[in-house]
Amino acid sequence: MTYAVIAAGGIGSRMGNMEKPKQYLKIKDKPIIVHTVEKFYINSKFRKVIILCPDQWVSYTKEILAKHLPENDKVIVLKGGSTRNETIMNSIRYIEETDGLDEDSIIVTHDAVRPFVSARIIDENIAAALKYGATDTVVPATDTIVESCNGTTISSIPDRSKLYQGQTPQAFKAKMLKDLYYSLTEEEKDILTDACKIFSMKGYDVHMIDGEVHNIKITYPYDLRVAKALLDEEFEEVK
Amino acid sequence: MLNTVYRLTQPRKIEIEFSEIDIFSSDVIVRPKYLSICHADQRYFQGNRDAKVLAQKLPMALIHEAVGEVVHAPDGSFKPGDTVVMIPNTPTEKDEIIAENYLRSSKFRASGFDGFMQEYVQLPSDRLVLLPDGIDPVVASFTEIVSVSVHAISRFDKIAHSRRNTIGIWGDGILSYMTSLFLKKLYPETKICIFGVVPKKLADFTFADETYLTTQIPDDLGVDHAFECVGGNGSQIAINQIIDYINPEGTISILGVSEYPVPINTRMVLEKGLHIFGSSRSGREDFCKTVEMYAQYPDIVEHLSRMVGHVRPVRSIKDITEAFDFDVQNTFGKTVMKWEK
Repeated sequence: MTYAVIAAGGIGSRMGNMEKPKQYLKIKDKPIIVHTVEKFYINSKFRKVIILCPDQWVSYTKEILAKHLPENDKVIVLKGGSTRNETIMNSIRYIEETDGLDEDSIIVTHDAVRPFVSARIIDENIAAALKYGATDTVVPATDTIVESCNGTTISSIPDRSKLYQGQTPQAFKAKMLKDLYYSLTEEEKDILTDACKIFSMKGYDVHMIDGEVHNIKITYPYDLRVAKALLDEEFEEVK
Repeated sequence: MLNTVYRLTQPRKIEIEFSEIDIFSSDVIVRPKYLSICHADQRYFQGNRDAKVLAQKLPMALIHEAVGEVVHAPDGSFKPGDTVVMIPNTPTEKDEIIAENYLRSSKFRASGFDGFMQEYVQLPSDRLVLLPDGIDPVVASFTEIVSVSVHAISRFDKIAHSRRNTIGIWGDGILSYMTSLFLKKLYPETKICIFGVVPKKLADFTFADETYLTTQIPDDLGVDHAFECVGGNGSQIAINQIIDYINPEGTISILGVSEYPVPINTRMVLEKGLHIFGSSRSGREDFCKTVEMYAQYPDIVEHLSRMVGHVRPVRSIKDITEAFDFDVQNTFGKTVMKWEK
């Protein structure tokens, strides 16, 4: 069975003086998280859509989803963990307790603040995760990336033709992800930036899925303006 | 839900735009799977339409021939995973006399509003026809044009007198092929004669009783009724030739589209007492009948599969452009996009 895991862990600290975490800001008269969840809600491949958010936003998230989605038992809101990977583990724990995990249980993890994700990207992640075990959605890097070890001078400039920018979704065989995660040492866990790294650290291939340039992550006020422009909305000054 | 729409914004330029799909609506949400390119799409894409028309209609998503997979059907009319043929004609009123495809108020996809080149399409359940298992979805993707032939034959059946010993079909293209194929199936006792200009194309009409080059029609040949499937600059020659060879009180069904007014020999129309009627587009009834015939006569689907020129997977806007360019270079056969976008 396949499950969507929507990470809504942002607390809005990068959004200037916004009162709410960015996933709750509105575009086209609806909170961003609702647009995102809808894409997974209507996809019949998903048995459940599990949304994980900070403690103090669980009730709020349940309320806005109840308001904007038809009545259903497909959408579940849970408390997130202290890190992204702990958050994902919370969702796997929920799946294990409710439906049980098997070798082909797939989770498709996605940022709540990427509402422009497409059906193609989602479907290709599911298919490739079943086949390969782990996937990451990427687009070729357009900017030259420089590496600096001291934050002052460049230590190297990697070959751009080999670089990609990671987006989401990512998809995994859930049981394999869980087993690999709990086999890591605390030091290894400390250097994890995302779940794909668990697979690559342990020597497993992560299959790349073509992303889309418009599958943007709404992180900064600028991104919100871009999102509204994509939707032809009048620009509103973000204060 | 945000929905990605691939709109033609100017000739040869397709851009991504977003629409909003209301998931509280009772309408069905369909993921397009196979999209067939039609001449009308091609004319928009290549810019072979009047500049005023282009300015009025664009930006607009192209494609009005497609099958898809149901993903969300709140009214229970379909279940997720069902393969459906999508109907582009969209009536806005009901009329007891006038068919939906002739109501001036009806809208048509990829003509008056967005066609099927979208991530998802939301449409009322009566704009969908379930495709039974086992029918090739590639062939079913161009059911719309097939249903235009079926519609014309249904009208013929209501209008034409009952002597149907010989029916002539003018034209050797796809529309002629489909019309004559269905005519032979529906009227197996009738002699079906095809009149065309390209011997190689005429050789494909293996199910027809006779084929003739329009320059070599025997003088004593007569047809009880005729279908004109030529259109364009050939309309005039074809219609007047039909008038010459048709028997008195026959019907002439005009299906070919012409951009210009066509002068016809009205003296002979009067002398022979001919019925001339036009057919355009199709409605739900015609789609249902077409799909029923696919299921009833598997050889129809087999014959139609030979109309498929090329199937191209489409995952990017570049792929869409390449599919249109491939299609424009091929004179016979349908180009079908396997929609993975």
